[in-house]
Amino acid sequence: MAVEMPVVDPEKCNGCGLCISVCYCNALIMIDNVVTIIETEECGWCTACEAVCPTEAISCHFEIVIENPTR
Amino acid sequence: MVIEASFLRTSPYFSNLNDEGLNLVQKFIFEKVFQRGDLIALEGDPAEALYFVFSGAVKVFKTSTDGKEQIFGIVRPGESFNDVPVFDDGPNPTNAQAMGPVVLYGIRRRDLDIILHKHCQVTLNVINVLAGRLRNLTSLVESLSFRPVIRRVARILLEYAGDGLGPHRRLTQQEMAALAGTAREVVARSLKALEGEGLIRMERHRIVITNQKSLEDMAEVSS
Repeated sequence: MAVEMPVVDPEKCNGCGLCISVCYCNALIMIDNVVTIIETEECGWCTACEAVCPTEAISCHFEIVIENPTR
Repeated sequence: MVIEASFLRTSPYFSNLNDEGLNLVQKFIFEKVFQRGDLIALEGDPAEALYFVFSGAVKVFKTSTDGKEQIFGIVRPGESFNDVPVFDDGPNPTNAQAMGPVVLYGIRRRDLDIILHKHCQVTLNVINVLAGRLRNLTSLVESLSFRPVIRRVARILLEYAGDGLGPHRRLTQQEMAALAGTAREVVARSLKALEGEGLIRMERHRIVITNQKSLEDMAEVSS
């Protein structure tokens, strides 16, 4: 089963590589000056890559769910 | 060690500085290298130098006595930190930590004084930099003290919550910040606070509302 990973918008990525430097699980690599994500279960969704990106090219989406809806 | 003049020109401190000034800056600057998690500056310690990030990212933050962290900002290449304690000779007001491998260029206060006396362009640049810092901090103080951000974050969570079965809109922390009219750092802190109060549980790419009633009370949503 595919592991959900952060999403990179190649149009916005300026290839600065900051996200790669802060990723503790080495899930990000640079290909042709654009950051590319490698699927890994070690990604703990720390969102550091999203936080450091100066161009808002990386998105770490959260699904919001209610555990026991009251209505 | 050769510090590129082209890098120095990208810093707001040294923009529009002539070649003579840049040569002087290059003479005084020293390099420091840190690895992920290294503490570069500790709150309360004397400030060693003004630092410019050459590569990597640095987290500037404070921690409360009960361990809660407030991030003041992430310093990226070309930007500086430690400005305030270097100029007022006081202790570090915040902590600074390397978020990954980091290369910094530093300049000590006494050397900065020599540059400031010889090149008034740098003095003008410093005023601009510090005014920008003040503006950002004013905005952060406003978000933290005057606006009930946590209430708005609670409301956003309830508004965007699904039953976990069908597809529904998902949000990044950046989007939550935009919706709440605040900074991403304030949203991160609000989420931690809500988790600490047992109203939500943070999972990998999921925020689970564990106590809907209390979250609604927090958001002041009428049922």
